[in-house]
Amino acid sequence: MTRQQILENVYLTYIPSEKFKTSFLSAQLAAPLRRETAGQNALLVNVLSRGTARCPDLTALGRELDLLYGANLEPTVRKKGECQLFGFVASCIDERCLSGEEGLLEKLTDLLGETLCSPALEDGILRGDYVSSERENLADLIRSTINDKRSYAARRLIEEMCREEPYGTGRMGSAPDVESISREELDRRYRGLLPRARLELFYCGRADRERVAGSFRRAFAALPREGQPEPTPTIRRPAPPACRIVTETMDVTQGKLCMGFRTDCPDVPANMLMNAMFGGGSSSKLFLNVREKLSLCYYAGSAYHRLKGLVTVSSGIDPRQYDRAVEEITAQLEALRRGVWAEEELENAKRYLVSALRSTEDSASALEDFLMGQAAAGCEETLPELAEAVAAVTGDRVAEAAAALRPDTIYFLRGREDRP
Amino acid sequence: MTHFDYPRLGERVFRQKLSNGLEAVVVSKPLHAKSYAFFAVRYGGMDLRFRLGDRWRDTPAGVAHFLEHKLFDTETGSASQLFAQNGASDNAFTSSDMTAYYVECTEKFGENLRTLLSFVSTPYFTRESVDREQGIIAQEIQMVEDDPDWRIYEDLMECLYRASPVRIPVAGSVESIRSITPQVLYDCHRAFYTPSNMVLVCVGGMDPEEVFTLAEDLLPREGGPAADRDYGLEDAAPVRKTSLRRMEVSMPMFLAGYKCPPPAEGEERLRQSIIGDLACDVLFGDSSPLYTRLYEEGAINGSLGGNFDQLPGAAYLYVGGDAKDPRRVFEEIGREAARLGREGIGEDFYRQIRRASYGQMIRSLNSFENIAVSMAESYFQGFDYYRFPEVFASVEKSDVEAFLRENVTAERSAFSLIEPGTE
Repeated sequence: MTRQQILENVYLTYIPSEKFKTSFLSAQLAAPLRRETAGQNALLVNVLSRGTARCPDLTALGRELDLLYGANLEPTVRKKGECQLFGFVASCIDERCLSGEEGLLEKLTDLLGETLCSPALEDGILRGDYVSSERENLADLIRSTINDKRSYAARRLIEEMCREEPYGTGRMGSAPDVESISREELDRRYRGLLPRARLELFYCGRADRERVAGSFRRAFAALPREGQPEPTPTIRRPAPPACRIVTETMDVTQGKLCMGFRTDCPDVPANMLMNAMFGGGSSSKLFLNVREKLSLCYYAGSAYHRLKGLVTVSSGIDPRQYDRAVEEITAQLEALRRGVWAEEELENAKRYLVSALRSTEDSASALEDFLMGQAAAGCEETLPELAEAVAAVTGDRVAEAAAALRPDTIYFLRGREDRP
Repeated sequence: MTHFDYPRLGERVFRQKLSNGLEAVVVSKPLHAKSYAFFAVRYGGMDLRFRLGDRWRDTPAGVAHFLEHKLFDTETGSASQLFAQNGASDNAFTSSDMTAYYVECTEKFGENLRTLLSFVSTPYFTRESVDREQGIIAQEIQMVEDDPDWRIYEDLMECLYRASPVRIPVAGSVESIRSITPQVLYDCHRAFYTPSNMVLVCVGGMDPEEVFTLAEDLLPREGGPAADRDYGLEDAAPVRKTSLRRMEVSMPMFLAGYKCPPPAEGEERLRQSIIGDLACDVLFGDSSPLYTRLYEEGAINGSLGGNFDQLPGAAYLYVGGDAKDPRRVFEEIGREAARLGREGIGEDFYRQIRRASYGQMIRSLNSFENIAVSMAESYFQGFDYYRFPEVFASVEKSDVEAFLRENVTAERSAFSLIEPGTE
């Protein structure tokens, strides 16, 4: 793996791999996550995905992609700590899987470059019809997160917990914010952002580095470059003195209980392992005790937000069991703090985590997500390095990591008729 | 042991029929860090009525899925804990016509494979654990009942089918699973979990010889035939034309279905699946005239999509998504299918769609799970999935036109709708 600067503030992460049938490409702009701009950035990539100067509508763009043997080109918007990454991922079949085809990679890279640098315009600015229809679609999409109650509840917890920090902003912004963006405003945002924002490029596949770098340089030759990119730091805050409880009601049969904790422990591998023992996978305390032994939850797991320093628990419960579930989840964390676990629990969690890190390299898109996140946050460790660091974590370090967790917010979603 | 090379795909596959009748397959992927084992049985949510001995038996809805959950129990604890000790991650799923157990790991593949084969072939159920599972699965069913994507699919199946058990939810209902006892589970295991009704697919850099030897040593020596099943007699036309439900969703959501003739066996089934997929791409794929027009008009958003599915005795094409005026989108789909059937598909457009569709099939070989599921399905249906490039080449434009003309019609259609609101 290499990461090199190929143009001013344009970096290419290159992974040679013979494992896949496809070449996987990505072009991501990095900007600080802010309430005021999150929706603009998200809307921007959706508008850009509607057409380029050469392929100005979905029909022309779809035809171009189909003829590249069903190549994909999709807008992406992600939150990595308090950095917003937005742009496109693209992939196409490797030429060696097709007879008599050449130059697929160059054609797809060109299209990727055009999508970002040469959009379809009308009167010299972004097309009004594209802006209005994507604005509506994006606002609808943000609202539709309510359809999946599990992820909705997890998102609401973060919103409540970080309501005074950029991290509380949804990766796509909010529906009302998106609806208020005008065509002119979006065009200004595009023209202000494009020359300055750091651009992270990614390639994973069988082509050699010179071919890939040359192809990207040519495709992004039209990218204006002036000014300095804005830094994208992530702030960390302590938890409030008392845990805040937020309850909402909705037409659901299963209750969703989410709990948020903050940590100031800088030992990342220990935090990762502690989270794995707490609620990562089927050998964790939450799964084994709260779900299996006590049958309190249908699902119960935890996530470590590495770049922000949070741990969140997500569970589905019978709403009448709320008090007991909170108590038991807290008791499992308390056990970790006091170092109460069987040696096997630590070893199993370690194996689980190391295996997950190692097999990330078996998926081009998972690898892209990890490495673009690292690039966004300015972290340098590779997957094998992280796996090695996790393998070396001791029980004392796990207990210290658990002791550093402070409860911040509880979010509970229950049915209208349920009595708490 | 026999090996097969597929130069067009760049794939190598090892196969062996074990002495007890089990088909074992190893798809070689030497460069990957992970190894994957997938053990599947041709038994799913639809297999409710079957013959054990000379008696027909009716089992409660959801029993295949319940069995999937309970098979993880062993006399010494849960099989998941044995996997966890090796850093392996295991899971399982039950579909309408298949139950599969799989494990993925980066070390100790042999031990994990041993655990997989052993727990699936050794049932161990107690009254207490079955009772407890009823609570867990009831929660799972309730969670699914809150999921509009799931609900609308169930509604559509109830519209399309009268007798076929495809209309019954795979997990059953909170009521139906109450009548599941350890004895019911033992009986179903005996009826279906027999080597000739199962397949083992491994994907990764493992030694095929070791896989075959291990499976031969560990699994029961004997295997009887699987039980006969009864899927009922199904009509050609849907039972009901429409369904309506209100749920807490942000926008109306629809799913339209077109009931197709029951699927063929053998390689013809693969051919039908390719034709059905091409028909979907031509009719409402991202680059189709209908999709691009409706999207540009704002009548649909990126959620519009669908597929052609083939199950035992039942095949259907479905398409759905969010829309402000779902009935209009449904009408437009019907009109476009009629136009394509009447005027034919444009030569250039067909070439474009064909190329994209072939690329998608190649792309799916990046996923170990896709490979394993396709290998298992094709074994159960009697064809070799990796012959898809040859079969693909045999499909003509006129096949796709005929498919649309015959299947995507008003008589064969049903329409399910979920509107925002509370019941």
